[in-house]
Amino acid sequence: MATAAQTPVDFSAAFNMAPTPLADWLIVMPVAWCLLAGAVLLMLRKRTALHPGIAIFALIGLCLFDAALLVRVLAEGPLTMVMGRWLPPFGIAFTVDLMGALFALTAALVALAAGVFGRADVDTTGRRYGFYPFLMLLMAGVSGAFLTGDVFNLYVWFEVLLIASFGLLVLGSERAQIDGATKYAFLNLVGTTLFLIATGYLYGLFGSLNMADIIVKAPQLRDTAPLMTLTTLYLLAFAMKAAAFPVNFWLPASYHTPKLAVSALFGGLLTKVGIYALIRVLVMLFPVERDHLAWVIAVIAALTMVLGVVGALAQNDTRRAVGYLVISGIGVMMAGIALGSPGGLSGTIFYALHSMVVMTALYFAAGIGGTLAGSFLLSRSGGLYAGHAVLAFTTLALFFSVAGLPPFSGLWPKVLLVKAALDVGAWWLAASILVTGFLTTIATGRIWLLAYWRPAPVGAEPGTNPRAPTAVEGRHEPPVAAPGDAAPPFAAMAVLLALTSLSVVFGLWPEPLLAAAQEAAAALLDPSAYVLSVFPGEVPQ
Amino acid sequence: MRTVIFRTVAPYLTSLMVLFSIFVLLRGHNEPGGGFIGGLIAASAFAIYGIACGVAPVRRALYFHPMALSAFGLLMSTLAGMISLPLSVPFMTGNWMKLHLFGNEIDLSSVLLFDIGVYFVVLGAITSIALALEERDRG
Amino acid sequence: MEALFSLLVGALFAVSIYLFLSKHIIRMLLGAAILGNAVNLLIFTAGRLTREVPPIIATDETTLTTAAANPLPQALILTAIVISFSFFAFLLVLGYRAFQELDTDDTDEMRVAEPADEDAPPLGY
Repeated sequence: MATAAQTPVDFSAAFNMAPTPLADWLIVMPVAWCLLAGAVLLMLRKRTALHPGIAIFALIGLCLFDAALLVRVLAEGPLTMVMGRWLPPFGIAFTVDLMGALFALTAALVALAAGVFGRADVDTTGRRYGFYPFLMLLMAGVSGAFLTGDVFNLYVWFEVLLIASFGLLVLGSERAQIDGATKYAFLNLVGTTLFLIATGYLYGLFGSLNMADIIVKAPQLRDTAPLMTLTTLYLLAFAMKAAAFPVNFWLPASYHTPKLAVSALFGGLLTKVGIYALIRVLVMLFPVERDHLAWVIAVIAALTMVLGVVGALAQNDTRRAVGYLVISGIGVMMAGIALGSPGGLSGTIFYALHSMVVMTALYFAAGIGGTLAGSFLLSRSGGLYAGHAVLAFTTLALFFSVAGLPPFSGLWPKVLLVKAALDVGAWWLAASILVTGFLTTIATGRIWLLAYWRPAPVGAEPGTNPRAPTAVEGRHEPPVAAPGDAAPPFAAMAVLLALTSLSVVFGLWPEPLLAAAQEAAAALLDPSAYVLSVFPGEVPQ
Repeated sequence: MRTVIFRTVAPYLTSLMVLFSIFVLLRGHNEPGGGFIGGLIAASAFAIYGIACGVAPVRRALYFHPMALSAFGLLMSTLAGMISLPLSVPFMTGNWMKLHLFGNEIDLSSVLLFDIGVYFVVLGAITSIALALEERDRG
Repeated sequence: MEALFSLLVGALFAVSIYLFLSKHIIRMLLGAAILGNAVNLLIFTAGRLTREVPPIIATDETTLTTAAANPLPQALILTAIVISFSFFAFLLVLGYRAFQELDTDDTDEMRVAEPADEDAPPLGY
């Protein structure tokens, strides 16, 4: 091959020539680490005995990476790494700000809890189908979505987590799972396609997909480009992912069908990724358009929270009731997005973190309780308190937490949100948050009374439960027995207690999280630090 | 579909297509081609083999489970991105190395490694889906 | 040219939405396939349609000297094709399994996860 005349090429026009310090690798490590662990677990698909150990080790590592990242972001502000050495906006940027780091760390903790819970809940068949590999790939998608600074890349991570969630949903291929997965898959396909359509428009208008670049360019384009259309499309797409009211029906149809560890993971993480994307795109990228849409979002928020909890009131199956509580929580978070004030947004961020932990724990509690009672149906269970006082009180604590009663972590974000709503005179939004809290107390109190406090059926001998049918509803088939003769698995109870105590700790001592949420909200409303981290030297207007 | 002609031709066709897929994979270095399309061609080769001779021979021929192949590809692609770690450049930077072999200069790069990983991911994922569908066809 | 493509994209969306409104999974699958293509064409159009040369820098140059086609939409579409393809493959297997296990491809009759005859929740203590 003839060597062409070598013209000296100035790489610094396109490349970042500065060496990357090792510490910057923290930005991509959560994603790369999960992908590596997922790949190794998939390769060892037949050695299922090794799976829990490797996965739990990897998840502890993920928690440590995310914690280190959070510490760095708290100390230094947003961090950026652009893939492949390209200068932004040409390369795909990973930009971590405080909100992303907080979400990523909480997600990692929840995944660790689900991984440990899965040791007891997921049998060898479930492991053969790939519970742990898909768990790691799901976490790669979730971490990527929280850490990326590029809209199209956000779409890609959404798809990664969606495909992993399909795998988790049909673990075991039972009839109810396939039924639920069909609805979940088709409706989520529509949701992500809307996201892709919006991203196509975004690229057509801006010629760029880098979030910081869009923040810089948006003011110039605002007069001419149809940014309202774009923002509305994003609102619809992400509302669908977050299961907000008119587009929420895929959630109660599917979330109660898979293994409990999977339900808990989904209830904790997936909808919150939608909320994260809503905050990121609507609040940070298109704040002016969000202002115009504020009343729409507020109406959606109020309807979602109230109708969600009404749905929970009407359920007979505890797992489905928890699914409706997840939806109700989404409404509360959207209220903060509708308000768009620092107080409202910090309430939303705090509530999302609280909800990740508490919803996961609630699914665990519902699962342990249902397994012990021999049925997930309220009409056929009872008497759990007599034999399992610890479980009963933990569940009661979680119910209080989700209803927003002190001294649990659900209280503070609701206080912030109600105050923020009253500040702008949106009394009806504040009222719907409070009414939702009241209805949630009734819905959860009813579950507790019927499944826990109500005495076991009259004349029940240990080993028989007159209310229980011969076969157990739902997927899990524990031996039908009156509650009281079997102890819940130790690992499952330990995880449940750990997550509940997290909620208690942040309920009693909310200052650090409150301060972090307020700082994160302020950074979203004034993203100049975010832009500076991607384009050093550029002064945003 | 299990006619004599098809069953006789299929193994040759499959081996030819796998060979072609590797050619396309390596061609992607500088010209149109690459891991994704190469993986698709290889997957369709195994799908043809499956249609002609049944699913069990394909599984025997692959030796590894398709999902394990896919996982190997994912591992390889991620590690290709991690090569940047000791070189003090960001994740997924294309790192090149010139190799002098028998008087020829060969450019090796982490991009190629990544592409081979993609090839295995696509091959494994699509083959496992195709085999799952073919298995049900006869069941 | 862009206007023509926009109309085509709109027509494809209309077709896929019509198919998605069906109760039958097989039609929804066809709708999903068309939807994926509609979006890809949309991104392609959003990147502007030009009849330019590929953006390859000549050996003795350091920058592009002529107007060139935009490679980014093609990269985006390639990614989207990969994703919609794997999505479609998964949905195909899932729809087939659903038909085998539930004996129907009518979504109205799929009531295993949400049984129609479930007990009412207890109204009293």
